[in-house]
Amino acid sequence: MVINAEDIGYYDLNKEIVGSDDAEIKVENVLGQRYIGCGTSAKTITVEGVPGNALGAYLDGSTIIVHGNAQDAIGDTMNDGEIIVHGNCGDTTGYAMRSGKIFVKGNAGYRVGIHMKEYKELYPKIIIGGKVGDFLGEYQAGGIIVVLGIGYEGSVPVGSFCGTGMHGGYIFIRSDQPPSGLPVQVCCETATDEDKKIIKKYVEEFCDCFGYSAKDLLSSRFYMLTPNTASPYRQLYTEN
Amino acid sequence: MAINYYQPLYEVMRDKDRCIKCRACERQCANEVHSYDEECDVMISDSRQCVDCQRCVSICPTNALKIANNPNTFRQNSNWSQQIMTEVYKQAETGGVLLSAMGNPKEYPVYWDKILLNASQVTNPPIDPLREPMETKVFLGKKPKNVRFNKDGTINTDLPPTLELSTPIMFSAMSYGSISKNAHESLARAATELGIYYNTGEGGLHKDFYKYGPNTIVQVASGRFGVFRDYLEAGAAVEIKMGQGAKPGIGGHLPGAKILEDISKTRMIPMGTDAISPAPHHDIYSIEDLRQLVFSLKEATCYKKPVIVKIAAVHNVAAIASGIARSGADIIAIDGYRGGTGAAPTRIRDNVGIPIELALASVDQRLRDEGIRNEVSIVVAGSVRSSADVVKAIALGADAVYIGTAALLALGCHLCRSCQTGRCNWGIATQRPDLVKRLNPDIGYKRLVNLIHAWDHEIKEMMGGMGINSVEALRGNRLMLRGVGLTEKELEVLGIQHAGQ
Repeated sequence: MVINAEDIGYYDLNKEIVGSDDAEIKVENVLGQRYIGCGTSAKTITVEGVPGNALGAYLDGSTIIVHGNAQDAIGDTMNDGEIIVHGNCGDTTGYAMRSGKIFVKGNAGYRVGIHMKEYKELYPKIIIGGKVGDFLGEYQAGGIIVVLGIGYEGSVPVGSFCGTGMHGGYIFIRSDQPPSGLPVQVCCETATDEDKKIIKKYVEEFCDCFGYSAKDLLSSRFYMLTPNTASPYRQLYTEN
Repeated sequence: MAINYYQPLYEVMRDKDRCIKCRACERQCANEVHSYDEECDVMISDSRQCVDCQRCVSICPTNALKIANNPNTFRQNSNWSQQIMTEVYKQAETGGVLLSAMGNPKEYPVYWDKILLNASQVTNPPIDPLREPMETKVFLGKKPKNVRFNKDGTINTDLPPTLELSTPIMFSAMSYGSISKNAHESLARAATELGIYYNTGEGGLHKDFYKYGPNTIVQVASGRFGVFRDYLEAGAAVEIKMGQGAKPGIGGHLPGAKILEDISKTRMIPMGTDAISPAPHHDIYSIEDLRQLVFSLKEATCYKKPVIVKIAAVHNVAAIASGIARSGADIIAIDGYRGGTGAAPTRIRDNVGIPIELALASVDQRLRDEGIRNEVSIVVAGSVRSSADVVKAIALGADAVYIGTAALLALGCHLCRSCQTGRCNWGIATQRPDLVKRLNPDIGYKRLVNLIHAWDHEIKEMMGGMGINSVEALRGNRLMLRGVGLTEKELEVLGIQHAGQ
């Protein structure tokens, strides 16, 4: 079905989306409506326009495709599914997501992948085509974050304080230089061909979505960030 | 030979005439205080390991054991107490942040104990709750301002979602991880039998307890552990944890060593990995951001469940509560500085936050002044110790209370404040299977049911004495309260008069 979102508030719009029996839903003229696809499963929702915050929060298996820019907190606490953004997105992308994938063609804001975690077969993936803001992968506990820096070659495509509090998972950054100012709890190494196998499949999927050459991208230099098990967050406590 | 700068707090005293060397104390003590010396045929005790949990005393068949304060004293000093000196020695030795458990034990004023209740004499009749109807049922959530009518003239009964409580008491958030599975089962079953609610805390919901969902409040905290659609759908309400009275402004860190198989399943993180709860929700830096999370949870639960926002009682709590009321939350839970915890830095626990009595009075007044009191219910926590505290809280403006410590006491806790060690001899704050099985949930839930039944009856007695026959008529009824030994300013904040006025 096709829904014209013009002059409809988020409450009525989402009620219509959730209430629909159709597996494929196209929403046109979206202008800032929040929570689109929130908590849904087994739907494919195509958004034309600019969705509001918390797109696909608690998403549980649906696919959301955005032809436009997305805002803050997309895929918050997402459990499964896909969010594909043909544009940029805002802060806290994929906050605490547990599985599924978020592909963003353009840039993303601060705190991308904050507190992302994995569990058994649940494994979250975020790929950002352009650059990201500060605090990438803050408190990351699992899963994969890839920043491709397409169009930003020659500079480091991540902001400051990358990997602060990271204690699980991987961050891959396509760049000729490593990010600066990394905490001691994070290891940063040039990714080997073996390391790149971890992200190969997902980068190929990303390229299929947005028309890039995975082979070209993967032949570039990547830095791989992982938690430094030799220097964990110390337990500073004394029983009292 | 190492020097012991500080001495054990307690002295284990054994009456040798009474002791029959049955070694029950030895088997019961996870701190390994007691042991049997075969050569000399004598029981010996290592007081240094004792936390005064009273387990051995309670179990000793001949009443041969007593735990007393160690009579050894440092030179008396009103400024440098023995405790403060000991803490300095500990930190000089380890370089560590002091870590404590349970609520603030310091001698700050307990305002509940400085407030007295009214009773009817001559001019208005008291009510006998055993023989006359008395209502302790309450509904938590938004209350519409006006009666609304449908087009055909009938009353519009389309109300926002509420929680129905048989009595204005709930069990506060304690996660599976901080307390044992048997403790959780006791709370869940008691809440179900009583027609009240217990709270999962931020550690997710064990699959065995989904069946208690209609009496469960599920919590969403900054770490989002165990939060997914089934979890949100299982609960009767969703609580966003912004803060906790025992440790306002700081997050949590459950070390990987404590993430065992069952806890890993419930939190939905791999075994052995650290569970870090950041101090803030990094997507919430404003009331507008909070509103976003409140409504994302409402969207995810189809607006069928009330959303609670829990905060610690801090200096500007009234302004924060006003913001929360405007964020779309249905219920505000406020946790005072005496609130319990499984582990908190000592300095934070003992020095941060404000008393719940003052926080409650100022929040209720602020929401009334702004005409939005009906937009939210207020639930208070942070050391509600008896039915009298409940009645005083309601008269100060609360809709209901959360009890945590009192519920654990019902399960056997003796407030030794050593939860952080994970060696709870009462089977409550531990995950060690041999200790957990000491708490039998069949008995535990009945003790909780007994406690709440007793309190419910006492609440009715006190209300009856005041000539009040429903909690609704007691709520915010500060005329029923008088202060004793309070300053003008304290009375002003509490909004009550002094005794004799």
